[in-house]
Amino acid sequence: MALTDPVNDEAEIGRIVGDHLHLEGPLLPMLHALQEAFGYVPAASHRIIATALNITRAELHGVISFYHDFRDAPAGRHVLKICRAEACQSVGGTALADATLARLGLDWHGTTLNGAVTVEPVYCLGLCACAPAVMLDDRVVGRVDAARMDAVLTEAGA
Amino acid sequence: MKVYVPMDSAAKALGADDVMEALIKAAAESGQTVEIIRTGTRGMIWLEPLVEVETGGVRLGFGPAIPEDAATILDGTNAKALGPVDELDWMKRQTRLTFARVGVIDPLSLDDYRAHGGLSGLRRALGLTGQEIVDEVKASGLRGRGGAGFPTGIKWQTVHDAGAPQKYIVCNADEGDSGTFADRMIMEGDPFTLIEGMTIAGLGVGATKGYVYLRSEYPDAIKVMRRAVDIARASGVLGADVLGSGCAFDMEIRVGAGAYVCGEETSLLNSLEGKRGVVRAKPPLPALEGFLGRPTVVNNVISLATVPVIFEKGAQHYADFGLGRSRGTVTLQIAGNVARGGLFETAFGISLGDVVNDLGGGSASGRPVKAVQVGGPLGAYMPVSKFDAALGYEELDAEGGLLGHAGLVVFDDTADMLGMARFAMEFCAVESCGKCTPCRIGAVRGVETIDRIAQGDADALPLLTDLCETMKDGSLCALGGFTPLPVMSAVTHFPGDFARSKEAAE
Repeated sequence: MALTDPVNDEAEIGRIVGDHLHLEGPLLPMLHALQEAFGYVPAASHRIIATALNITRAELHGVISFYHDFRDAPAGRHVLKICRAEACQSVGGTALADATLARLGLDWHGTTLNGAVTVEPVYCLGLCACAPAVMLDDRVVGRVDAARMDAVLTEAGA
Repeated sequence: MKVYVPMDSAAKALGADDVMEALIKAAAESGQTVEIIRTGTRGMIWLEPLVEVETGGVRLGFGPAIPEDAATILDGTNAKALGPVDELDWMKRQTRLTFARVGVIDPLSLDDYRAHGGLSGLRRALGLTGQEIVDEVKASGLRGRGGAGFPTGIKWQTVHDAGAPQKYIVCNADEGDSGTFADRMIMEGDPFTLIEGMTIAGLGVGATKGYVYLRSEYPDAIKVMRRAVDIARASGVLGADVLGSGCAFDMEIRVGAGAYVCGEETSLLNSLEGKRGVVRAKPPLPALEGFLGRPTVVNNVISLATVPVIFEKGAQHYADFGLGRSRGTVTLQIAGNVARGGLFETAFGISLGDVVNDLGGGSASGRPVKAVQVGGPLGAYMPVSKFDAALGYEELDAEGGLLGHAGLVVFDDTADMLGMARFAMEFCAVESCGKCTPCRIGAVRGVETIDRIAQGDADALPLLTDLCETMKDGSLCALGGFTPLPVMSAVTHFPGDFARSKEAAE
């Protein structure tokens, strides 16, 4: 897959960073907003954030890399999160996840060759009474079996 | 005609939005005037999407609905008719205090909320002093519903007594435990209850600012909570002049970033401050040095959402329910391989077996139940021989279990308990914040040691026991400290799954 051009829009980054400076503990909301705008947290934002918050770039890297949510590169057009937690395991979640990864020829965090879907593990979507559960972008799907997973993957263009 | 369709994530995950579209279309085709009201879920997840049609003031249920049912639901001839929803066994047997409105009202209608008793607790609290508010919570016997079970009133007293120019109320909505969804359900189904509870907490301890730290895995709950906070602010429930009292309280919804450990309160506070979500050593207690070093109440969603009903009905009314030192109601979340999964609110004291077999109806697969994990990924696997255990904090502890956030995940006899023990260690390794060695290194070694057992190395079993002791005694927080609980409960109660011969493994 062709790599997307690195985001280099310093004006937009500066605006997003500035919008959050009035908050108490602004860093996480700031990182979420940057990722919302660009699909990942662009490297070009690091110096701007560090200067604005008076923290070192090492500290900033520590925060970004601590959390599973933040990306340093774009994901596929859709993100499919498959729950790996106990309740989903109790009703065949592990087999479902293995079959899905095998079908797509991916490992966890991998993206399909056509750039349509990135598959990620998630530990609980709060759908434990209608497991196994997955989430395609922001849309939740419960009692996922092979047929329902097929429909989700087709919809995502995988 | 009024038709109620849930907008809870679980209902949506099972097709509630498609059912709603079909109902709109069917109504148009038949020329009926239908008002569709979105609600939370009643908690009977096996019946979702559960459509309710109001006839003569009674709400009749139909479920689990599919889009093809729409026309016959509207004309009342659908074969999935359940009768009046309030009369269903599952509903009648509950004591719904915290969840009284969930599934009943439009979550984002403040008028609906008021009409069902909402804000009366806050109005009463506005007539009390901070100390009187704290005393009322103490008298209710409410204990932290996040898992630790610490008396909420005592925590509030500490913050009340602390002198500081700014104090905070932080709601822990980082509900990461598998098998739990009560926080999500109430935030999606009755968000004003949480807002009201946090406001009362603010009045009680003298805090004017609140934060809800809500996990990013719950996009629907985030949307509903944000909208509810906007509505509450626009209506004068939040802001500089709460309900015209002259008292100030406002709040923000903050989104987590996928770290399980941030459900631990000190790690959550670091995350809220914009730091790595590593655990802080205690003392100092967050009640004295919490968010930004200020006195902070950190309470779970259900704890805070229960506060309004305590003030509405009185502390004694709440305390009259329960068992021993576990007062009030427990919001059981019945999940996993179970025929009837969902949320059931009842007085503490019900037995584990009654929940699994009577309420839950046994396994969904129809196979015998093998184990139930109570209390999330850090809770013990309880065997069927412990089904007489009563669900109360001390009662379950005495049986080697952990009530935690009251989630129960049922497994049938196909479950491999060695695999589940390995997963507990693997999960701990993935999610460890890295601050303390027993958790960071121990979890990795735990996975390796269980792999040795799986390969038939009997010498590895005492090593695993020893490692679990070290993790339990030496970890800084519950993640490393309680991961040994599911692991050792699996070893203790299901030794057959760990006794693998070398030949079989090879």
